Amino acid sequence: MSAALTLAQAKVQGPAIDWAGLSPLLALFGGATIVLLVGLLRARAAREVLVPVLALASFGTAIGCGIWQLGERSNLISGAMRLDELTIVLTFIFCAAGMATVLLSWRSVAVREASHGEFYALLLTSAAGMFVFVAAQNLVALFLGLELLSIPLYVLCATEMRRSTSLESGLKYLIIGSVGSATLLYGLALIYGATGSTDYAGIAAKVGGVVSDPLFLTGIALALAGMGFKASVAPFHQWTPDVYEGAPTPVTAFMAVATKAAALGAMLRFFDIALLDAQSDWGPAIAVLATITIVVGNVGALGQSSLKRLMAWSSVAQAGYMLAGVVVATRLGVQATVFYLATYLFMNMATFAVIVARERSTPFGDDIRSVAGLGAEQPLLAAAVTLAMLGLAGIPVTAGFIGKFYLIDAAVAGDYTWLGIVIVIGSMVSLGYYLRVIAVMWMQSPEPAEAVPVSPATGRPALAGGDTVADAPRAQPEVWFVALLFGAATLVFGIIPSPLFDLAVRAGSAFAGLF
Amino acid sequence: MNLSILLWLPLAVATISLVLPGAASRYAAIPGALAACVLAVVTVVRFKTGTVGLQFATDHLWIRELGIHYKLGIDGLNLFLILLATVLFLASAVWASFTEWERPGLFFFWFGLAESGVLGALMAQDLALFVIFFDLMLVPFLFLTGSWGGPGRVPAIIKLFIYTLVGSLLMLAAAIATGVLAPGGQISFAFSDLVTRRVSSGSQDWIFLCFAAAFLVKMPAFPFHGWMPDGYRAMPLPVLAVFSGILSKVAAYGFLRVVLPLYPDASVHFQELMLLISLASILYGSAMAFTTTNTRLILGYSSVAQLGFITLGVFSLRPEGAQGAILQAVNHGLVVAPAFFIVGLLAARAGGSEDLRDMGGLAFRAPVLATLFLIVTLATLAMPGSSNFVGEFLILLGVFKAKVVFSVIAFAGVVMASVYALRMFIRAMHNREGPTVTSREMTLADGVVLVPLVLAILGLALYPQLALKKGEGTVVRSVAPAQQAAAAAERAEVTP
Repeated sequence: MSAALTLAQAKVQGPAIDWAGLSPLLALFGGATIVLLVGLLRARAAREVLVPVLALASFGTAIGCGIWQLGERSNLISGAMRLDELTIVLTFIFCAAGMATVLLSWRSVAVREASHGEFYALLLTSAAGMFVFVAAQNLVALFLGLELLSIPLYVLCATEMRRSTSLESGLKYLIIGSVGSATLLYGLALIYGATGSTDYAGIAAKVGGVVSDPLFLTGIALALAGMGFKASVAPFHQWTPDVYEGAPTPVTAFMAVATKAAALGAMLRFFDIALLDAQSDWGPAIAVLATITIVVGNVGALGQSSLKRLMAWSSVAQAGYMLAGVVVATRLGVQATVFYLATYLFMNMATFAVIVARERSTPFGDDIRSVAGLGAEQPLLAAAVTLAMLGLAGIPVTAGFIGKFYLIDAAVAGDYTWLGIVIVIGSMVSLGYYLRVIAVMWMQSPEPAEAVPVSPATGRPALAGGDTVADAPRAQPEVWFVALLFGAATLVFGIIPSPLFDLAVRAGSAFAGLF
Repeated sequence: MNLSILLWLPLAVATISLVLPGAASRYAAIPGALAACVLAVVTVVRFKTGTVGLQFATDHLWIRELGIHYKLGIDGLNLFLILLATVLFLASAVWASFTEWERPGLFFFWFGLAESGVLGALMAQDLALFVIFFDLMLVPFLFLTGSWGGPGRVPAIIKLFIYTLVGSLLMLAAAIATGVLAPGGQISFAFSDLVTRRVSSGSQDWIFLCFAAAFLVKMPAFPFHGWMPDGYRAMPLPVLAVFSGILSKVAAYGFLRVVLPLYPDASVHFQELMLLISLASILYGSAMAFTTTNTRLILGYSSVAQLGFITLGVFSLRPEGAQGAILQAVNHGLVVAPAFFIVGLLAARAGGSEDLRDMGGLAFRAPVLATLFLIVTLATLAMPGSSNFVGEFLILLGVFKAKVVFSVIAFAGVVMASVYALRMFIRAMHNREGPTVTSREMTLADGVVLVPLVLAILGLALYPQLALKKGEGTVVRSVAPAQQAAAAAERAEVTP
């Protein structure tokens, strides 16, 4: 009785919570809850139409809140997270990727099997985790964010429950992702041990004193490895091709774009704020990792016949390019990475949308034969993929070219000219597989459908797990919309890049300590 | 006059052709190419001969954050190359519209994009913009060849694309380094800013090598020509005519526009290496041209040799040589495009075969064709009286003044040119009639393409000063930094 009275008299104040700053996160969590509840309704229309619309609306609200808060800089929840331009711009990328994923999975097998409410709720939760991950400026929040984004993704990978490769993909991602998380956690613990602080600001203040401490350096190395798992940085990339191939294609698209953006965003904040003064230690190490990643990714992609595997290896290589922006630890580097992430969203989403479209209308699954002759059959879809491929390869008049230009610019300006050359050499190798896709689309005739009705690897129909009636080819305007929208964006932002530059420069301005 | 109109007109018209119905889209490229050609002629007429600087310049800051300008301009270096480009694209567009293509709208869309890309590379006065157009102009050829080419087209074009883009991407890194490493001030890629603050001699060396790789592959020069035989065999002939006629010249032009003014120290440093590569190209190209029997490849290898001459002129690092190089670039473009057209006509009369062994006796009932072919042949071998003679003479004069030994060996190339050019003419037009040959005169439609080109050759032969005079001032200015650097290097050698 008296204890309660004492407490009441002490007027304990909870931490001040900046609800406005948290609004994008709240929109995503709120959306997840609503979607989950509406998914329980019995009406078929509610599940199949209302739920995706609500998911879209949540992502849209999150973007709207982001636009509202753009320009604000505040600490959220006692400084655990930081709302600034970097967080918001990356939130735009997660949410845009999320919206595209909702559209791509609208009529997919995965959603039917996992049931609609759960699927979209997991997607929204994962995006919320990404917000926490990139906003984190405290080691604990960083780890929370990582788990919050990863766990829903493990489940999403396995949502095509009647297809064994989907289950395998989920399990593989779970196991390897957990190893990555554990590595990161161990690294964070060591960094805490060396510096005595979990806040980025506190760590940054102590870095100067412990820079040669093996405990601290080991901590950085383990944390780097942990984040490398998420960003598919070689040599921590081995899970990528298998998981990407097995997961439902819309989920793959989301992982390829949003997870990568989250991991690189978190790396930018972690290295450029908490560990900025130790740049001479981690800079060369990340540069070497970037080189390995570029080489491994590009060489791995050569000769892949599954488009999803090809895009997986390509995403490894692209992560290597983007690491150059982390290595240099300059504002230009942050801007270049953010810019490239935006272009990467366009190019990947356009490609994955077409893969989804072709998976549904040919019996070849995601095999490269599914796009053979697409140029004659559906020139607009083929044009979208062509623009995306040219962009990923860094050919001019696509956003990808400007992005690569910016990254090399940042690398050279940050005294890493050799890394710029490595990016260029990687792009040369990448022509070998990007051009092949273009050649197959425009310069080959379509494969006869009855020739290979089953996947040669498994001996089962390539779309095992689907039922033939529901999977019959039909109009899929929302998939076309995604493909054409992002294909057009690749072209338009290659010619008029200033809006993207605007966002990238804003994101870079969030880091006051960089020059 | 606004250069942007000339630049984008072909692409704009080509985009319209994309939505036209099949029959109409066949002729859709002609108005765009014709309008561009007329605009180019107007530009040449209105070009003021006395002045050295840029004329008709357009300058907008395109991407502020990267310092990239949308800056176009014309001076003595690119004036006649732009005219050449529009003439060749017009001739090729007319030629192509006489041919049946699958999906003609798409074909002519790529064709228009190619013309805009080439014109952009020639007009660009900003290093980044130059690189963008230099890469962009290749993309349409990937599709033109890959979709409409001959047998083995897909591997051939992918090989070509990878070869040339390897060079281009190296050039991209080098170009960015040029802008970023330039001492002092706001980042800018405009040539006019870059010449005032060149990068240090140490950085110039690797940057030079990257640019040289890009240009030598595109030409192609001797050790970098691996893509050429397959690529030339696979390309449709109208496409090949512009590819060989103008794209390779953009590379030679790049040396004069970018490399000599921006990296003079490295140009002097690597002068002998470049001269050696040129000599090797001349000798290898000529030797291959008089041993191979595929008529396309004869022209292909002769291009290797001719481009060797042009590079030789550029790297004499003297105004005479550079002037000769520009003149020769125009000459070669004017010669090789009708030559490819004639190859097409010959093949049509030799049962579809493009092999010399299947030809012979084609002149029998085709005196006009034979005459036109002879004029082209004589121009190719730089007969005195032709403009090619003037060009080669100036090139050799420049090299003679700079490095005597190289010019003596290069003379052998002049002799060999007459061997392969005459061999091709004699074995195709005279000799015993081939087994499947049916000699017939060319049609009026063929004449529409061929006669203007041959008239242009004759015109330039009568009055080569036209091209030389307009370019003189600019060429001298482009070569001057390298010339000074060479003189300084020589002085440094004399005084220990």
